[in-house]
Amino acid sequence: MAVTDPVTGAAEAVLAPSPAARMRGRAFGHAGFVLGAVILIGIFAMALLAPMVAPHDPFDQVLDRKLIPPVWFDSAKATWEHPLGTDQLGRDYLSRLLYGARISLLIGFAAMLISMVIGTAIGVAGGYFGGRVDMVCNFIITTRLSLPVVLVAIAVVSLVGSSLSVVIWVLGLLIWDRFAVVMRAATMQLRGRDFVTAAEAIGCSRARIILSEIMPNVMNSLIVVATVEMAHAILLEAALSFLGLGVQPPEPSWGLMISEAKGLMFFDGWLIAIPGAALFLLVLSINLLGDGLRDVTAPENRS
Amino acid sequence: MSETVLEARGVRRSFSVSGGFMKPRRALHAVRGVDFTIRRGEVVGLVGESGCGKSTLAKLLLGLMPPSEGEILLEGAPISGQDRLETARRIQPIFQDPYSSLNPRKSIGTIIGLPLRVQTDLGGAEIARRVTETMDLVGLPARVVDSYPNQLSGGQRQRVAIARALINRPSIIICDEPTSALDVSVQSQILNLLQDLQREFGLTYLLISHDLSVVEHMASRVAVMYLGRIVEERPTAGLFAEARHPYARALLDSVLTPDPSLGIPDTHLGAAFPNPLEIPAGCSFHPRCPKAMPRCCTVAPDPLRIGDGMVECLLHAPDQHDEPEEETTR
Repeated sequence: MAVTDPVTGAAEAVLAPSPAARMRGRAFGHAGFVLGAVILIGIFAMALLAPMVAPHDPFDQVLDRKLIPPVWFDSAKATWEHPLGTDQLGRDYLSRLLYGARISLLIGFAAMLISMVIGTAIGVAGGYFGGRVDMVCNFIITTRLSLPVVLVAIAVVSLVGSSLSVVIWVLGLLIWDRFAVVMRAATMQLRGRDFVTAAEAIGCSRARIILSEIMPNVMNSLIVVATVEMAHAILLEAALSFLGLGVQPPEPSWGLMISEAKGLMFFDGWLIAIPGAALFLLVLSINLLGDGLRDVTAPENRS
Repeated sequence: MSETVLEARGVRRSFSVSGGFMKPRRALHAVRGVDFTIRRGEVVGLVGESGCGKSTLAKLLLGLMPPSEGEILLEGAPISGQDRLETARRIQPIFQDPYSSLNPRKSIGTIIGLPLRVQTDLGGAEIARRVTETMDLVGLPARVVDSYPNQLSGGQRQRVAIARALINRPSIIICDEPTSALDVSVQSQILNLLQDLQREFGLTYLLISHDLSVVEHMASRVAVMYLGRIVEERPTAGLFAEARHPYARALLDSVLTPDPSLGIPDTHLGAAFPNPLEIPAGCSFHPRCPKAMPRCCTVAPDPLRIGDGMVECLLHAPDQHDEPEEETTR
């Protein structure tokens, strides 16, 4: 391959594709990953564009137009003006669903970010430094694992009072355990690799070793755990809102919508089925994406 | 040529290991009093079986781990009191496994340039120039500078590791089994590269290996290590012609030949595997020594200078007259 210009196609073809290019190739060939990404992007776009897409104000109560069933129901009341019908207060269900997606995604994302920072710090510190530091980190993780999340969340929220930010902080401060456990194991495994020893022998500082030698190599597992925990946080928010301890009315949240409809479950089941299906789709797409990411990125770990 | 680069003085290192559930912790003596010097431009081989403390010694010399006792002098200054970067600038390692020693997430250029970025104030352009220069030196094509380690072969990866060790011109390079993870066909290329670089720049190597043919080919002086001590140290030719210590002789006899009809050589070492948790009294080699005498079980031999070498064996002690001398120096 005596090519005069090293950047010609011929010379490039000799090399195997870069890790990023191979990952892209695997990602687009992975059905679950693509499906999850498409649904999630759809929900994300709907949440983002809610003010433009929503046909009505989600807070607007029109009491003479309450409990209109969705359009596919064989009912005289069903109308295209309210494609998904209205709830018991006459609020447009589609608009509430769209605005509710914002709350679910916001809580899921923010709680995931908080827990990622806490969990990664504890996990990487324990895994990298080992010894006493690891003992302390392990104790904190074990303590956290022995706390039942929902009970603690209920206790805290009922003491502090519930609001969107309280729910985000309570969830974020509670669900970092998986980040810590996974990061600790991944860091420990990398700690013994020669390239970390080489960086030490070169004289790199500990901060530099953690940030530039260890972190890029644990990114895969971090992203996968992040998706799982985001789904987890969304479900917990729905559960808390259902119990009346999460997002407060009239804020539209999918969990709260299910909660508000529970009295009408037997006569107007769609009031529960629609937000339930939305929640199911969102969590399913996030989990599919996480599974896909693991499959797409895992081969790198082996090589 | 005789300036001392690296000197170890009575270096010891022990680890405290768990004795098992509900049992007291025990001390594992990995390195038990090692003295040696490496002069500039020299290639010193360090041989010994697995678990004899070679890799621990390498870590101690690199300053990655403090010795429990004794001191290590790098160009005359003890590394224990030195700034980490100061040590790193003078001594660099090459590891055994090039699949583990390169960060899979970093490009080759970044990996090779790391010592310059950490240890010097050079700008990006100057670093890039030195990286290209060093890559050329170790025989890496310039186009792989933006590639990742998984795109290179084992031999190429080891060249990257050599380039990284070499780029800031350290005084001494510690090669910890630099070829044993490579294909046989690539091993000789890497050894020749190391040898060419050594001749061209007058580099100093400490070559740790269990492959005696590699050591014979490369080293000018060989130290044989057994259970944390150097039991014999001599110029290569002398050692390979007639080893004085029974363990060194057994090591030389154990080299497998490509001729299958010769069978597996009998080293007469027996099955007593050396245990660094329970080091035998007296001469630590006596349970496996084919020439062990009664006093070997109780008297620990002292290092003994013979000509240009050192041996630590009672067979050669001057007050030892009841044993025929010609038996030991065949």
